[in-house]
Amino acid sequence: MAAVQETIDQVKAIDVDQYKYGFVTDIESELAPKGLNEDIIRFISEKKGEPEWMFQWRLDAFKRWQTMIEPSWARVSYPKIDFQELHYYAAPKKKEGLKSLDEVDPEILETYKKLGIPLAEQEILAGVAPENRVAVDAVFDSVSVATTFKEELAKAGVIFCPISEAIRDYPDLVKKYLGSVVPISDNYYATLNSAVFSDGSFVYVPEGVRCPMELSTYFRINEQNTGQFERTLIIADKGAYVSYLEGCTAPQRDENQLHAAVVELVALDDAEIKYSTVQNWYPGDSEGKGGIYNFVTKRGDCRGKNSKIAWTQVETGSAITWKYPSCILRGDNSVGEFYSIAISNGHQQIDSGTKMIHLGKNTSSRIISKGISAGVSENTYRGQVSAHRKATNARNFTQCDSLLIGDKCGAHTVPYIESKNATAVFEHEATTSKISDDQMFYCQARGLDEEEAVALIVNGFVRDVIQQLPMEFAVEAQKLIGISLEGSVG
Amino acid sequence: MLEIKNLHAHVEGNDILRGIDLTVKPGEIHAIMGPNGSGKSTLSYVLAGKEDYEITEGSITYNGKDMLDLGADERAAAGMFLAFQYPIEIPGVATMTFLKTALNAQRRARGQEDLPTPEFMKLVKEKAKDLNVSPEMLRRPLNVGFSGGEKKRAEILQMALLEPSLCILDETDSGLDIDALRIVSEGVNKLRDPNRAMIVITHYQRLLNHIVPDHVHVLSRGKIVKSGGKELALELEENGYADFIDEEAA
Amino acid sequence: MNAEARVKETQAEASLIEQFSKLAKDQGGLAAETREKAFADFRSAGLPHRRVEEWHYTDLRAKMREAYAPAEGGRTPEVLPAPVDDGPVLRLFIVDGQYRADLGSSAMPEGVTVSSPREVEVKDSLFPSKDAVIDLNTAFCQGGVVVTVAPGTELTEAIEIVHLVTQPETASYSRNRIEIGAQASVLVIERFEGAASDAAYQTNAASEISVGDKARVNIIKLQDEAKAAQHLDSVSIKVGAEADVHHFTLNAGGDLSRTQMFVEFLGEEAKLGCRGISILGSKQHSDVTLFVDHAVPNCESRELYKSVIDEKARCVFQGKIVVRPDAQKTDGQMMVQSLLLSEEAEVNAKPELEIFADDVQCAHGSTTGDIDEDLLFYLRARGIPEADARKMLILAFLAEAVEETENDRVIALLESKVRALLGAEEYAE
Repeated sequence: MAAVQETIDQVKAIDVDQYKYGFVTDIESELAPKGLNEDIIRFISEKKGEPEWMFQWRLDAFKRWQTMIEPSWARVSYPKIDFQELHYYAAPKKKEGLKSLDEVDPEILETYKKLGIPLAEQEILAGVAPENRVAVDAVFDSVSVATTFKEELAKAGVIFCPISEAIRDYPDLVKKYLGSVVPISDNYYATLNSAVFSDGSFVYVPEGVRCPMELSTYFRINEQNTGQFERTLIIADKGAYVSYLEGCTAPQRDENQLHAAVVELVALDDAEIKYSTVQNWYPGDSEGKGGIYNFVTKRGDCRGKNSKIAWTQVETGSAITWKYPSCILRGDNSVGEFYSIAISNGHQQIDSGTKMIHLGKNTSSRIISKGISAGVSENTYRGQVSAHRKATNARNFTQCDSLLIGDKCGAHTVPYIESKNATAVFEHEATTSKISDDQMFYCQARGLDEEEAVALIVNGFVRDVIQQLPMEFAVEAQKLIGISLEGSVG
Repeated sequence: MLEIKNLHAHVEGNDILRGIDLTVKPGEIHAIMGPNGSGKSTLSYVLAGKEDYEITEGSITYNGKDMLDLGADERAAAGMFLAFQYPIEIPGVATMTFLKTALNAQRRARGQEDLPTPEFMKLVKEKAKDLNVSPEMLRRPLNVGFSGGEKKRAEILQMALLEPSLCILDETDSGLDIDALRIVSEGVNKLRDPNRAMIVITHYQRLLNHIVPDHVHVLSRGKIVKSGGKELALELEENGYADFIDEEAA
Repeated sequence: MNAEARVKETQAEASLIEQFSKLAKDQGGLAAETREKAFADFRSAGLPHRRVEEWHYTDLRAKMREAYAPAEGGRTPEVLPAPVDDGPVLRLFIVDGQYRADLGSSAMPEGVTVSSPREVEVKDSLFPSKDAVIDLNTAFCQGGVVVTVAPGTELTEAIEIVHLVTQPETASYSRNRIEIGAQASVLVIERFEGAASDAAYQTNAASEISVGDKARVNIIKLQDEAKAAQHLDSVSIKVGAEADVHHFTLNAGGDLSRTQMFVEFLGEEAKLGCRGISILGSKQHSDVTLFVDHAVPNCESRELYKSVIDEKARCVFQGKIVVRPDAQKTDGQMMVQSLLLSEEAEVNAKPELEIFADDVQCAHGSTTGDIDEDLLFYLRARGIPEADARKMLILAFLAEAVEETENDRVIALLESKVRALLGAEEYAE
């Protein structure tokens, strides 16, 4: 018991200021004036060189947003956001429409290097087997600064580019799919995003193509008082496969920064999309000052029969996380999966989970959620599983486990289970516990020190989810879990 | 008494039985042997009337009656009994209640009166003793927490109690040690009767040392590829199924 | 998900306002001021609707089309229902919302007192949170019963409280209080029934139950309202240290029913079992909402609710276990299981955990589905006709909830009730 007490003390003493991605890149930026109005929306649209239809789309969203009220049902609390005090556009002051990496500001290249994300293809190539290569789209504040391996992907027919480019170059695809999963008026933050989104990634994998490498976007918020509103759209056409990774960091700043992204996935017949996130936005300091407000709408539409969408997320950052990556299981026999590790420490608040909406026949879904709360944080799993009338033979299995480290934090589980079909079989299990003294004792009796023991037990606790991550990410995620719980984990 | 003609069955689009012909007369014991995936268990389920399987061709007649139109309970009332490979656990249903309900349901279906409870109790105790089924086991919920051997003994107890005219034993030897196998086989042999037939489905020959068959059939890929006397089982034990599978493939 | 401006009054709300204005507010043992306050609170929120999280699945604003006027007192039912079992019993009748001392057992044994509610009971309400239905109960309260069991009383008789409605198209509002002293041992059977089986009426009952230290209490609620009735029942239970409390709800009647329970642990080392069975058909809508507050350490709670839903019925279960920051060593296990028997049946379950203490063992689970086909096949393969096999499996499914009450009289009573509801009397052992 004494050992455990000590662990708790150590966790309490954790300095979240250890956030190692907290540096600021010193470059000149071009900022939109603070505030939000039609002029700002036109400013963003013009900056992006968008066609008129896109501007109208944004304007429509903005008008709807003005009639909406910020949601309050999530288990998070924060001071009211003044949406007129934000910059809705920030870009490194350099040339527009970069053609090659040579044109990217060396400061920015250096930034990504520091973050461990090399953007020069030759650097990536050195010492990496071809099958392990990852193509990266790097988004810095409001713009995409570089996309690697574009040409090689193009050979396979895969389109991977900033969404601003896709709007210009592939308007038909964008018109067809943008807003088709998360409609303009879906929710407060998604609507705001629809009005002001600045950049993000666009992926189209054509029929029958298995994307030859992992695709990845790395988001970085640098500028002060900006909101980042990226928009990602991924389409896997019939029989296509793509695995996509997303990483994010931000500098340490005393003010809260807003991140309200929208991700839309569309899987047509027999297609599969794997979407993995390691979210490590700045969580704020040990006093709860600063940090990112992460209000994100992520949704996948299994539109075709036999399609599959799997979300895997490792959530360690942000002051507030409000995020429910969901699957609409529309196609018959489609499969949705959600694997999540959510770690909250310090003053972090997480309200995250998923929705599995079973519409088609023989659809199945699986939810594995592991929440770990430490410090004075609040960690809520909120998930909905529903079967509609026609969802014959729908299946869901949900396992939702929470681990508490210390007695000042909270772990909450809020499932909504709704079935309108007798042939649907839903199973839900949830547990909440702490690391048991017996487990600690057993490990220590085998020679592990206390930190190693906690690390071992926590790693065991999250193993089911870690296994779902692509190899490179799994290693990174494991390290990140260690850092997030530093003081209790080696 | 049992006549299976050109029986074809599939499940979820896969053909499992592809033309089975088999005739079983009263008093006979037929062994059906075959490698894993040959369709042995499917045959037992199809005979008992499990609804997951679609019969695409052929017929099953029993004592002159078409079985395919009958539900599982009606086939049971007609005298067919399947001893399950994996007896189902039913929490909340006491074994005793279950036995009584099943027996009386069958009696009613045959136009007989319910067996009065004291007589029923006496009957169960008698049969249970032979099979080494303890009164404590009978008080527990059906098959719940039973060991593998206990479950198989409980199946044979049901068989003894319900007195079917055709017994289908699906891999009754699986999961049994040698002592349990002996008890179960003795229970089965006691039920041998000139008016009762048995179909013994098994992967291994060892059960057939205890329950000696009159006929042995080899099932492969949903068809009976060879039939013979009990010596065929020994042949299989020595040479394995490879010969038959190869024949099929060729 | 967004907040919404107050919409205009519904017909039922308008009727309630009208009825309250005409109400003789100085009767039923409650001060006019208490009623006025409660009604003002109700008026500001209106009938609860789906945007109110606790009422998300039971949209009372939509379901309560009409609010019937409070029933007149003084009617005597033609026939009083017989006791629910053969055991010794003390009978108390609440007719049309009012306690009727003249109808029940004439003498109470030592240690038991029975009276009508007084002002003080409602003023220091034991309900922990604001709720429009409880406010309505307070505003319109017509009477009810206060039962006290003195410390140390081991009662051999069950206390049976029978709620009866004699007049169709009326509403009854009763407020009841049961105080069980330390180390007492009691079985309470609460029944809700209508005089005519097809009468439409509304019941709004509220019960506040306090259980003293080391008391052992079994409370059985049998909700057998008429088919067209609307039943709203709010129950608060305060559990003393080392007490052992079992509560069981059997939901069978009513077109709309909601049982909302608020349980709080006041002392350590107490044990609570909240269980229930709902057997629903036609277009019934039945809601059990449970809030268990582990406010102190070292307590144990078990929640197990099972439902069998046929035809177009809809079953709602919401359960929330809260473990407060200092409630270490809490052991809370909640399970909710539903069988859907028809294509149009529906279930909504929301088993929640809200945990602020680290040294706890808490879990919840939920299963939803149809009768297991493999089990059905096994029974049929033994000659049991399908309809009987289904009944057996439904009984088996429900049995666990009944058996866990661990009280022979309660088990026998519930088993026979459940069998009767399912038309499966022949499966008695």
